[in-house]
Amino acid sequence: MRFVDEYRDAEKARALSAKIASLCEPGRQYKFMEVCGGHTHTIYKHGLEDYLPENITLVHGPGCPVCVIPMGRVDDAIHIAERPDVIMTSFGDMMRVPGGRGSFFDSMAQGAEIRMVYSPLDALKIARQNPDRRVVFMAIGFETTAPSTAMTVLRAEAEKITNFSVFCNHVTIIPAIKAILDSPDLRLDGFIGPGHVSTVIGCGPYAFIARDYRKPLVVAGFEPLDILQSIYMLLRQLAEGRSEVENQYARVVPWEGNPRALTAVNQVMKLRPYFEWRGLGFISHSALGMRERYAVHDAERIFDIPGVRVADPKACQCGEVLKGVLKPWECKVFGTACTPETPIGTCMVSSEGACAAYYNFGRFSRERVREATR
Amino acid sequence: MCLGIPGEIVEILTDHADLARVDVSGVRRAINVGLLENEDLKPGDWILIHVGFALSKIDEEEAKAAMEFLEGIGQAYDDEIAALKESSLDASGWGEADAVR
Ligand code: SF4
Repeated sequence: MRFVDEYRDAEKARALSAKIASLCEPGRQYKFMEVCGGHTHTIYKHGLEDYLPENITLVHGPGCPVCVIPMGRVDDAIHIAERPDVIMTSFGDMMRVPGGRGSFFDSMAQGAEIRMVYSPLDALKIARQNPDRRVVFMAIGFETTAPSTAMTVLRAEAEKITNFSVFCNHVTIIPAIKAILDSPDLRLDGFIGPGHVSTVIGCGPYAFIARDYRKPLVVAGFEPLDILQSIYMLLRQLAEGRSEVENQYARVVPWEGNPRALTAVNQVMKLRPYFEWRGLGFISHSALGMRERYAVHDAERIFDIPGVRVADPKACQCGEVLKGVLKPWECKVFGTACTPETPIGTCMVSSEGACAAYYNFGRFSRERVREATR
Repeated sequence: MCLGIPGEIVEILTDHADLARVDVSGVRRAINVGLLENEDLKPGDWILIHVGFALSKIDEEEAKAAMEFLEGIGQAYDDEIAALKESSLDASGWGEADAVR
């Protein structure tokens, strides 16, 4: 596939790897956070750590949309889905996410009608085809996905499809990055910035990270060479004493983002005063809810939802993993009680979750070997 | 789910202003291009697709520049690569899962 295969070339990866090594100051430890779960996935799928010198550590960030959904919100969605007049729709990644009373899959087994969709437009189609049912779309995702939900609501409005609503769980990346920068447990040297979020918000919103926190950030693509090149660009900034926002992924990310997409989001949704993130707790102005004007399409206004806060299970250390403080395999239940088939925490569910990436690509054994031989 | 995939526009569907037929790795689908309404899309353009919507138009010039950078690095580090090829670095000493990867 064009724009994919050419960014997977092993020779070029080795060349970049050599360049990266040559930029590392001997004896200095570097810690970079890849904010986005898509990057975590690429890093483990392609074994990119094998291309990096030992003194570079990649820590995984909070940018996995499924991972940050708190248990209470899953319970709320299940509560809606259990109504006989409702068809709940959701991305496949959501199906196994555990709430306090089980997952979507569990509630399907008990008779709820929940359908997996690829796009919110598929959910709208289901609504069109089932005028006597209420079709709810469980919307999750960062700024990458929010415009698609917004456009779908606008379409529903235009077509007067009143049996379609959205259970809105869209979150915004900047407050999460800020929460991490302000958390005392983590010292970072720079960020591999989220590529697809940036197609929407552009590169401008990261300026405060470079300016106020003096950390470089490079917006990165999702192929192996993209990530290696971004690490190279971060190291170069550090070597030259700069902290700037740079765009490695300019073939896809325009500096100013997609204003049309931002307008659509802004038209349909507005920032919530606060929102709970799994493992990270309440973060102010970090999520989007539907505007009053679209109340007929807002599941939170249409249905009575319990809105009960459910504490994460005791054994679960997703919070530490999402903040990059713990490596997935350091969680006590990793790979034993918590596996992709029987997840305790969310990071084990989505392919973008750090725990699932570790588990599926067998990376933790290498870490164990390293620990054992240290 | 956050992943986007590149696809090539085959046809702008004139009866639906915001839809285009797009080839994604041999599969053809109608993709909503409403978020790129100011981009003047035409067949042959490449776009990034996410959950059924085109999020951005891929910039061929930028893609070319990125490749040139990577090729350039390849040139400058030919020696390094040659040296690396000669070396005996192999998978022994890694964990089992890595060896079979
Ligand atoms: S292993 Fe399971 S419980 Fe532990 S951090 Fe990962 S997903 Fe959470």
